[in-house]
Amino acid sequence: MKAFTTLDGLVVPVDRSNVDTDAIIPKQFLKSIRRTGFGPNLFDAWRYLDEGQPEQDNSRRSLNPDFVLNQPRYQGAQVLLARENFGCGSSREHAPWALDDYGIRALVAPSFADIFYNNCFKNGVLPIVLPADVVDGLFRDVAANPGYRLHIDLSAQTVTTPSGASHGFSVDEFRKYCLLNGLDEIGLTLRHSDEIRAYEARRARSEPWIFGGAA
Amino acid sequence: MNSLSLYEKLWQAHVVREEPDGTALIYIDRHLVHEVTSPQAFEGLRIAGRPLWRRDSILATADHNTPTTNQTVIADPVSRLQVSTLDQNCKDYRITEFPMGDRRQGIVHVIGPEQGATLPGMTVVCGDSHTSTHGAFAALAMGIGTSEVEHVLATQTLLARKSKTMQVLVEGTLSLGVTAKDVALAIIGHIGTAGGTGHAIEFAGSAIRGLSMEGRMTLCNMAIEAGARAGMVAVDDTTLRYLEGRPFAPHGAQWDAAVAYWRTLHSDEGAHFDRVVTLDASRIEPLVTWGTSPEMVTTVNGRVPDPAAEPDPTRREGMQRALRYMALQPGMPITDIAIDKVFIGSCTNSRIEDLRAAAAVVRGRKVAANVKLALVVPGSGLVKAAAEAEGLDKIFVEAGFEWRNPGCSMCLGMNDDRLSPGERCASTSNRNFEGRQGAGSRTHLVSPQMAAAAAVTGHFSDVRAFLN
Ligand code: SF4
Repeated sequence: MKAFTTLDGLVVPVDRSNVDTDAIIPKQFLKSIRRTGFGPNLFDAWRYLDEGQPEQDNSRRSLNPDFVLNQPRYQGAQVLLARENFGCGSSREHAPWALDDYGIRALVAPSFADIFYNNCFKNGVLPIVLPADVVDGLFRDVAANPGYRLHIDLSAQTVTTPSGASHGFSVDEFRKYCLLNGLDEIGLTLRHSDEIRAYEARRARSEPWIFGGAA
Repeated sequence: MNSLSLYEKLWQAHVVREEPDGTALIYIDRHLVHEVTSPQAFEGLRIAGRPLWRRDSILATADHNTPTTNQTVIADPVSRLQVSTLDQNCKDYRITEFPMGDRRQGIVHVIGPEQGATLPGMTVVCGDSHTSTHGAFAALAMGIGTSEVEHVLATQTLLARKSKTMQVLVEGTLSLGVTAKDVALAIIGHIGTAGGTGHAIEFAGSAIRGLSMEGRMTLCNMAIEAGARAGMVAVDDTTLRYLEGRPFAPHGAQWDAAVAYWRTLHSDEGAHFDRVVTLDASRIEPLVTWGTSPEMVTTVNGRVPDPAAEPDPTRREGMQRALRYMALQPGMPITDIAIDKVFIGSCTNSRIEDLRAAAAVVRGRKVAANVKLALVVPGSGLVKAAAEAEGLDKIFVEAGFEWRNPGCSMCLGMNDDRLSPGERCASTSNRNFEGRQGAGSRTHLVSPQMAAAAAVTGHFSDVRAFLN
């Protein structure tokens, strides 16, 4: 996994609550058996005027000029500012894959849906929860200041605005450790294989029906 | 002794080890796999050269891409590759799969319980958010991402943190024509789509105990629409009656031992919940969603709400956007909303009881002239066969419905079953998001009976008028 330490990134605001993963990456792109290449189809239905199809040349499609991602001032954004319950709905990891592939490295919102939040960490994308009034203020500041950037420091657990205001955020120690070091969680878990085997042996005695397939 | 909630019992029974910050390694008993969220996980396993930890924990099926008409071949080459990739992975790793064409094939959340592969006391995961369905069996069941699918394939465990707990108590008796789907929508309408975020929900109370396993699955299925990764119901006689004799369920002496343990899978008297929500079952009515989030819901005799009355600006804007997308006017009676298509199916409402309930409304009636397509898609090959044995297929077909083969179908339209832009559907599925059933599609979530009533009248109608 990619490590995340600090980021100084341009901010793009997506001002809607309950943005679901169907909106982040529509279903037709889920037919892919790869992990990459989803960036051009991030927010596909909002971003383009036509209906996108997999393996299409996206550079030839008409962009929706009203959608925030298409506005010149937000090109190259690495931080996505969002509203509550971002990433709700389907568990598709294609959502963080699409965000990552597009170039988004961090998200800031008052809340995230559980599965999406989890999926982000597995892909080196940092979801940051800040209080709703702080996020509200950030939406106002972004709108008022072209080129608005945020400085994010995972180690210090802070988001700092251009004016120097600093907002702390919380993150689980273990997740932070994995993300800072870009660690492979499977590799880490396999170090505890003996414990897993011992656990399995206990369960096989107490609940033998768990093991083995159909009768 | 400490009073424990059902969730705490399930959690404690599966902790392999715990980090100082509370991150735990949780053992996974059952892993359900489908074609959309697994190919990258198997690829990851191969690239890292890691073996599969325990293949007998896995049950696989293709459901999202499968055609519901001709099930011998998939026309779309991209879909076909995804399904054949699953077949190949199952072959390579010797995993039990019910492939397309197998009579046991179906929607993963229908076949797990149907096979008895979902059992009380298990941890059940699947790369699919509606894995919460399996919590109906007092299992700790949750949806995971593809990286986690790979983690489970390689280690039989997940890294997780204990959730907060929420108890949703539904007391009293449901009126005729009011189903588990309406209960689920009523709860979501009450707590909101983020109301359960960070929580595991236990559904309890006399109305829940009165539900069949099918009804409990419908309810737990929608827990994720309330933001909760897991929903669950305690074990009782209904649970045991459903499971006895199913292929993957224990038999003989093991069954007795299992039952003795399963009987303990309920919340203890006085167990603590971080939040308790209570609903009066007798006050729940048949519901219809009007917007683009499951929380945007009202009673069938209600009206489309007016955003102008919403004080919160973000919510107001959300409502306005939803009404624009749905092409609805504030104040419009729900029963005035005419529909183009009807979809009876999905992991929420495609089980035998759902089909029976819909057929009871449809029997002797015809699909209204303005309805272009009315689809019934059974949840599995076995549900389809059971329905046909009862003659339900004939009732639907005589009324003008199409009787299809199992799969996810128009719930998300990854196969050919889709709405065209602007089309409006009465759907028994679980998500009314923008574009969910096809680009520009307009979805109204309802129960199977309500979908049937809409099909025969051409607009939303109070199903209770059909049942009296
Ligand atoms: S029926 Fe719909 S919600 Fe259920 S698993 Fe299939 S696509 Fe997902």
